Amino acid sequence: MTTTITVAATPLARLALARADDALILGHRLSEWCGHAPILEEDLSLANIALDLIGQARSLYTLAGAVTGHTEDQLAYLRDERQFSNLLLVEQPNGDFALTIARLFLYSAYIDPYWRALGATDSALSDIAAKAEKESGYHLRHSAEWLIRLGDGTEESHRRAQSALDRLFPFTAEMFDPLPDDVAIDPADWTAEVDTILTHATLTRPSPAWQHNGGRAGRHTEHLGHLLAEMQHLQRTHPGATW
Amino acid sequence: MSTPATPLWEVFIRSRSGLAHRHVGSVHAADATLAMQAARDVYTRRGEGLSVWIVPSNAIIASDPADKEMMFEPTASKIYRHPTFYEVPDEVGHM
Repeated sequence: MTTTITVAATPLARLALARADDALILGHRLSEWCGHAPILEEDLSLANIALDLIGQARSLYTLAGAVTGHTEDQLAYLRDERQFSNLLLVEQPNGDFALTIARLFLYSAYIDPYWRALGATDSALSDIAAKAEKESGYHLRHSAEWLIRLGDGTEESHRRAQSALDRLFPFTAEMFDPLPDDVAIDPADWTAEVDTILTHATLTRPSPAWQHNGGRAGRHTEHLGHLLAEMQHLQRTHPGATW
Repeated sequence: MSTPATPLWEVFIRSRSGLAHRHVGSVHAADATLAMQAARDVYTRRGEGLSVWIVPSNAIIASDPADKEMMFEPTASKIYRHPTFYEVPDEVGHM
C-alpha cells in the first residue's frame, strides 16, 4: 500500500494543486474551531466556511489528479509537507478569533476577485471558479463585517484585531507570486479593498519591512507539519482505510 | 449565550416562491447585518431558503397567555367557518 506519492508537476497540476492546497489547509484550520467558537452562531459560520473550502479543494484535487493519475484523497493525505504548495498565510495557527477572522479576510480579499477573474476565462479551472466565487463572496463579506466590528468595537477587540493584522501582513505578498498559466490579481486592487474595510474598522494597515515566501515551493513554516500530522494521521497509520 | 451585546433576533424563511415566510427559530447577534449572516449560516445550511427575514425579538408583540380563553375559545363553536362544506370541482386542482 502506498504511503507517499510523488506528483508530476505539469503547469495545470501545479496551478490546481496550489489552489487546492490553499483551500484545504485554510479549511482544515477553520474546522479546528468546530465546537470551540465564541458563540453557537459563529461555530456554524466557521464550519460552513470550512466545508466550502474543503469542497473547493476536492474539486481542484480531482482536476489535478486527472492530470497526475491520483485520487483526491491520495493528493490530500499522501503528500509530505515539502510537496504542499499552499500559501504560508493559510497554515498559520488560528490564534484568537481576531486572528482567524483577519486571516480569512486577507485571503478572501485576494481569492474572491481571483475566482471571478478566472471564472470569466476559458481555463480548465473556470467551472470550479464559477462555483467558488459564490462561496468566496460570502467569506469575504462575513470576515469583513467581523473585522469592522472587532476593530471598531472595544479597546480589547481593537487591540487584538490590530495585533492579528501586524502578525499576518508579512505573509500576504506571497499571494501575488505568479503561478503557471494563471490570471493575475493586481496587488493595488487588493490593497484598496483591504484599506476600505480597515478604514471602517479604524485599523491601520501594517507596512512590514519584510515579507515571507516559500510556501509555493514547499518551504513552509513550522506549523504545517503539525497540521498535516493530525490531518493525515489515519491514512498514514492505516494506509488505504475507508469509511 | 445571551449577553446584552448580542440581543435576540427572530428568523423567518421563505423556502419556495409563492410561499409565505415561516418562523424557524432565533439567533443571537450584535446587529442586523450579523444577525442576517447568522440566520443564513444556522438555518439555511441544507438548501431550506430563498429569502430570510430578521426581526428583533423585542419588536414582536405577543398575545397574553392569560387572554387565551377570550381570544381563541369563541371560534371553537363556529365550525361553519371551515371551508369543508363545499364540493371543490376537480378542474380547480390543488388549492
